[in-house]
Parts: sequence; C-alpha cells; structure tokens
Amino acid sequence: MTAGYAHPLERPLPRRNALLRGRWRERSVLPGFPLALGITLAWLGAIVVIPLTALALRPWDAGLGGVWATLTSPRVLASLRLSFGLSALAALLNLPLGLTVAWTLERYAFPGRRLLDALVDLPFALPTAVAGIALTALSAPNGPLGQLAARVGLKIAYTPLGIFVALVFIGLPFVVRQAQPVLAEFDREVEEAASTLGATSAQRFWQVMLPALAPALTSGASLAFARAVGEYGSVIFIAGNMPMQSEIAPLLIVTKLEEFDYAGAAAIGLAMVVISLAALAVVNALQAVLAARSRPGATT
Amino acid sequence: MSAVRFSGLAPLLLAATVLVLGVLVVMPLGVVFAEAFAKGVGPYLAALKDPDALAAIRLTLIAAAIAVPLNAAFGLAAAWAIAKFEFRGKAALMALIDLPFSMSPVVSGLVWVLLFGAQGWMGGWLEDHDIKIIFALPAIVLATVTVTLPFVARELIPVMQDQGADEEAAAVTLGAGGLTVLRRVTIPNVKWALLYGVLTCNARAMGEFGAVSVVSGKVRGLTNTLPLHIEALYNDYDFVGAFAAASLLASLGVVTLVVKQGLEWRYSGELAAGRRR
Repeated sequence: MTAGYAHPLERPLPRRNALLRGRWRERSVLPGFPLALGITLAWLGAIVVIPLTALALRPWDAGLGGVWATLTSPRVLASLRLSFGLSALAALLNLPLGLTVAWTLERYAFPGRRLLDALVDLPFALPTAVAGIALTALSAPNGPLGQLAARVGLKIAYTPLGIFVALVFIGLPFVVRQAQPVLAEFDREVEEAASTLGATSAQRFWQVMLPALAPALTSGASLAFARAVGEYGSVIFIAGNMPMQSEIAPLLIVTKLEEFDYAGAAAIGLAMVVISLAALAVVNALQAVLAARSRPGATT
Repeated sequence: MSAVRFSGLAPLLLAATVLVLGVLVVMPLGVVFAEAFAKGVGPYLAALKDPDALAAIRLTLIAAAIAVPLNAAFGLAAAWAIAKFEFRGKAALMALIDLPFSMSPVVSGLVWVLLFGAQGWMGGWLEDHDIKIIFALPAIVLATVTVTLPFVARELIPVMQDQGADEEAAAVTLGAGGLTVLRRVTIPNVKWALLYGVLTCNARAMGEFGAVSVVSGKVRGLTNTLPLHIEALYNDYDFVGAFAAASLLASLGVVTLVVKQGLEWRYSGELAAGRRR
C-alpha cells in the first residue's frame, strides 16, 4: 500500500489512536461496528468477566483471615511451591532444549527436516489426558524410560521428577516456536562480520547470537512457564499426587472443590492467577530491557 | 577456530534434536498405540464399542459441536470489530480475549462451579427451579467454551488487521449491505485462517480435560467426555481400554496437526501462524 490513493476510501485505516482525537472511535463507512462489538463484549462478559468476578469475590466469604489461613496452610504452600518451582525449572531446561531444536531446524538442511518441524507441535496437539497417561506408561518403573532411569537409580513416575518431565514436554514447543523466526531472520552478515573481526564461534554465539535471541527466548520460556503453572491433565497421572510432596496446586483446587470448600478452592485459584500475572509483568519488563539491548548498536 | 559457521557442531545438534523430539514427542505418541493394541485388535475394538465409551464419544462430539460454532461466531465478531475499526480500549479488549490462555484449565472449570454449583452464587435458585447446569451438559459446554474462547479470534484478528478494510469499504460504497460484505468479501478473504482457527479450537474442545473434569461430575455413560473416560479406565487399571480411547484423541490430534501443517505450507501468507515464521 503506497501513497497516492485514487479515492479517499482507499486510505488505510490509522494503526494507532492518532486520528481518534477525543472521539472514542474513528468514523468508518463500514457497518456493523455496534453489533460486532456488542457480541464481543456480551460473550466476553458472560464467559470471562462474570466468572472471574466470582473467582475474585468468593475467597473473601471466609474473610481475610480465612484466605490467609488457606494460603499459608503447609499443604497449600507446598503445592504452590511445587507448581511454580517446577514450572520455572522446566521453562529453564526448555531454553537450551528449545534453542537446540530451533537452531537445528532453522540452520541446517537435512532430509526429514519438515517432519521434525511438524513434530514440535505435537505436545500442543495431543490432549493433556492422552499425554499424561502416555508419559506415565513410558516412565513407570516397568516402562522403557522408567527402566532406563532405574539403572542410574532414578524414579521418574509418581515423583516430582515425573511432574518435571511432563512440564518440559508441554513447554518445549513454546520456546522452539519463539526462537525459530529470530534465527530465520538473523542477519548472517552480522555473524560473518564478527568472525572476520576474529571472533571465535563461542564468542559469536555468546556475544552476537544470544543477545539477539534473548527476547524471543524469554517470551518462549515465560509462555512455557505460564502454561506449566496451570497444567493439570498431563501432570496428574504421572505425579503420584502425594500431599506435601507431589501434589500440584491445580489438583489441590479440585480436592477442595470435592470437599465443598468453595472459598478455599477459589482462594488458591485466585492466588495462582495473581502470581501468574505478577510473574508475567516481571517477564515483560525483563523482555523490554533485553529487547532494548539487542537492538543493533545498543550493545557495548 | 575456523570461520565456518559452527559446522562441526551440526551432527551433534541434529542428534540432540532427534533425541529430544524422539523421547519427548515420538515415544509418547507411539506408546499410546502400542498399549492400545497390546492385546490385539479384538480387545481394542471391544473397548471402543463399550456403551460407556460410545456415550463418552457422543458427549464429546455434542459439546464440541456447540462450543466450537459459538466461539467461531465470537471470533468473527471480535475480529470484525477489532481489525476493521479504530476505537479506544482495543488493547484491553485483546488482553481480555487472551486471558483464558493464561488461566489454568482447572480455574476455567472452577469459576462455573462458583457460579452454578450447589453452594455457588446461583446454586440455590437453580435448585429451586430444577435446572441442572453443574454435573450436566450445560457446564461441560461452558467449561469447553471458556478454554477455547481465544482460538478463532486470535487467528483471525492479525490476518484481518493485515488485510485492512479497503475491500470492505469498496464493497459498501458500491451498495453492498453488511451481511453481503461479510459473506462475499471478508469470509472468502480469511477462509483459510478461519478453518485453521476452527480446527485448533475443535482439537482443544474435544481434548479438554482439566476444565471439564471439574464441572462434569464424572458419571460414567452420562457426563464423562472422552478424556474423562480415559481417566476412569486408567484408574481402573483397564489400560487397553484407556489407551484405546486415548488412541482416538491422539489420532484426532495427529490429523489436526497434519491439516494444520498443510495449511501452513500452502497458505502461509493467509494465516497468522504462517506469518510468524
């Protein structure tokens, strides 16, 4: 779309609020705005806003003290620590794993590359309950991976290690899919310039590639983390679900609901939403810093 | 070190990639079918013909058949408003659409229990009027709708934003009404993106476990969807039955993946996912 429109109507719509100038919306010849926005708001209100209002208000039935008592009970604290801690660890491990996969898929030509590329999305495509029982069958003491692990004295299924494996499984595609476009578009001349200037491959990786990849890797890891924190189906089969040891926070919500402790369940749910949003805000800030640094000329 | 681009590492990285994807992705898929057919084809088919399995399949299809069209219609309306018009609060609206992505599925089910459960806000009223929502089809649909709400909208919005509103504006000046523009201009322009969004939405709807498990009550043959049926059989140590049911959902996942990849390769320019690459 270049300048010189034959007709004023061909002018592209302004991208930002530049033309709003006090009005709440830009005039348009197109019909249906009130209807479309009305449907959108009604649906979001019914499916997201009203239910979340219930989530935000219900915990206080038990009063501030009740919420505090629920959230600081050892079992709840242990489950929150387990969910958030293991999710962070899994996201961290997915950084090198995801980068390796993305790097191989983007930088090398080999037969079967497209198949491998398609396989990356399988953890998204496989329903969580299916992934859960499959990972459990693999890593149970009599499963192929479980037997392998037993040789080095490790137990995967029914331990926190099993939860960790499931969280790595569901998080991997996020990091790969975020890193791939950056690797594909990375200017090879910059790399070549670095090597002409005498940089070793290690220096090129750590000082040229990694800073450019950092924002994408951060957002991939944070998406993987957010998904892992709330993950239920692929975890509960492999977890063992022992209170204080291998009981994730979402499972504790289900347990509280089964005991008809609605306020307690809502308190844990609300705490998870709040902690997740806070973690996302931190990651967004970190990402802004990394993006500013990775801009050409901004590094030392 | 030579000036060659990390080429010495290539075989190593390829081996690592094959190992990671092999262990984390291929093996779980393989074990589903291996376990499902562990005792042969007869027990596999018998497990799928079980009345409870058939009821679970039927319920899953019904829930998806209601939830997916609703969210597709919502996605079209949201994308029409957001992509074709400029207004204040758009960023907040898009954040709200994304919210279900960052919620635990369990929380997406929990919120409906808080509203309609026996001790929920409307629980008493519903009981007085003999209306069943929780532990019945309506809650299963609501939970599914919540979890899958962003899929179609998130696919359509970037594509329709890129296309702008010029073609629609031209159609309107030529005298076309709103519905005609939608049917003859907008939808043909985004048909692949719409199909892509509906496919991923449907896969998630049929495979949803956490949200549905909270609201379903898990009555076999009545309120168990296919993923919940898998859980019930697995907990009974009926592994052939559990993995046979799982093989159906795994096949759905693989078919969705293949069609998705096909769309991404052929129509990458017309998809939000294609443009990311």
